[in-house]
Amino acid sequence: MELAFVIEKVLLVSLIFVITLVIAMYSTLAERKVAGFMQDRFGPDRAGPFGILQPLCDGGKFFFKEEIIPAGAHKTLFILGPTIAIITACIGSAVIPWGQELTIGERVIELQVTDVNVGVLYMFGVVALSVYGIMLGGWASNNKFSLMGAVRAASQSISYELAMGLSLIALLMVTQSLSLKEIVVQQEGFVNWNIWVQPLGFLIFLICSFAECSRVPFDLPECETELIGGYNVEYSSMKLGLYMFAEYIHMFVSSALMATLYFGGYNFPFMNDLGLSQNWITIIGVLVFFAKIFAFIFFFMWIRWTLPRFRYDQLMNLGWKVLIPLAIANIVLTGVITVIKDTFF
Amino acid sequence: MSVFYFVAFLSIFFALMTIFTRNPVHSVLYLVITFFTFTVHYILLNAQFLAVVNFIVYMGAIMVLFLFVLMLLNLNKDSEPLKSNLVKFMGAIAGMCLLITLAGSLRILEVSESVQLKNPDIGLVANLGKVLFSDFLLPFEISSILLLTAMVGAVLLAKNDPKKV
Repeated sequence: MELAFVIEKVLLVSLIFVITLVIAMYSTLAERKVAGFMQDRFGPDRAGPFGILQPLCDGGKFFFKEEIIPAGAHKTLFILGPTIAIITACIGSAVIPWGQELTIGERVIELQVTDVNVGVLYMFGVVALSVYGIMLGGWASNNKFSLMGAVRAASQSISYELAMGLSLIALLMVTQSLSLKEIVVQQEGFVNWNIWVQPLGFLIFLICSFAECSRVPFDLPECETELIGGYNVEYSSMKLGLYMFAEYIHMFVSSALMATLYFGGYNFPFMNDLGLSQNWITIIGVLVFFAKIFAFIFFFMWIRWTLPRFRYDQLMNLGWKVLIPLAIANIVLTGVITVIKDTFF
Repeated sequence: MSVFYFVAFLSIFFALMTIFTRNPVHSVLYLVITFFTFTVHYILLNAQFLAVVNFIVYMGAIMVLFLFVLMLLNLNKDSEPLKSNLVKFMGAIAGMCLLITLAGSLRILEVSESVQLKNPDIGLVANLGKVLFSDFLLPFEISSILLLTAMVGAVLLAKNDPKKV
């Protein structure tokens, strides 16, 4: 392994890390701005022009707040909870292909940290792991509301993981590959996007993403009308901040994943007909990819301020009795269509 | 090789911690770490699919359910039932018997030559899938039926008996 390779990857990882954190920070502002827009008011506009310094103020405030660890709490796990939450949120971005390759002088730089051939499953594993942060935090707080929140988070996450996995299987039957890079390369241009062949799969995946991120209408783990604040009741200061941050990073990574799997990643229409050099196509591709991600993040917020929260039994019914059968039907349908296509065309 | 010994040490260490720790929740968490070291073992063996599936199924789902149940039971040191001396005695004898059996079988077993795989990339998804659906189709289908049976059985047990209600 040469030194230049290591430096290149370290730079790429740091860059993605910084971008992730900045986007998570500004998602908090965007969320409030979108809320303002939906409810016909301004949203935060005091700190800096259009309130763009608001996230910095919020972050600073979080750091300077008093940090309280409840006397009855399990101290190690109480600290471990937000730590795991933020780490699992961040490691998901490692396998996402952010763009094609850049050529600088003699060097070709891949805009992806690593292309493992089980990339899709890796993402799935990271999602599965992320529930530990919430569960440990909720249990360690030694508070009944927190425990209820943690238990809800665990059951919700496991229920929706199943439907999510099944919807992905249908997608994999189309792509024939588990590598995210391979999947994006297949979706070149516009007509090859997977959304056109897997609309139902995408819908299921989208709903499950909402549930896995604990976003409204699936935010029962932190349902404030029933559980005060859910799993994070006892958290204060930056630990609470980390939980909130983790949620926004999840939203960012899920958006990136949806754009990658179903909406062509960095591909955009007529990308090979413009007659531009490879570097320019790559740069435009990265911008297009981020535009898709932002569109999804906006969609997440839009839903938040549109739909009310589900009741718990509705949540479970939707997961087990609607989404899983639909996802299985989707697999069968995809299989039948694939066979028909292979035999007759 | 040194990586293997280090990870193997970690596996055994955390497995022992799983047994020796008093708090059941800690026990599960140590088990999670043990499974994580298994994932590393699979990656060292170039079995990526098995590694990720171990990660998703054991760490991501089964252990979460364990943790889920333990958290609701609220077990701790005070409520742990004290085992009588008779049970401890029986446990010790059973353990020794197992140890003797294992030692005996290990003595008979010759140190085998390490098996060379014909295809070192057998653990990658595509190859594994092909093998499962050609050479091992029957065992694969039978084990899926076994799982399906277990699932149906669990649902049947959990379901209310309409006559009783």
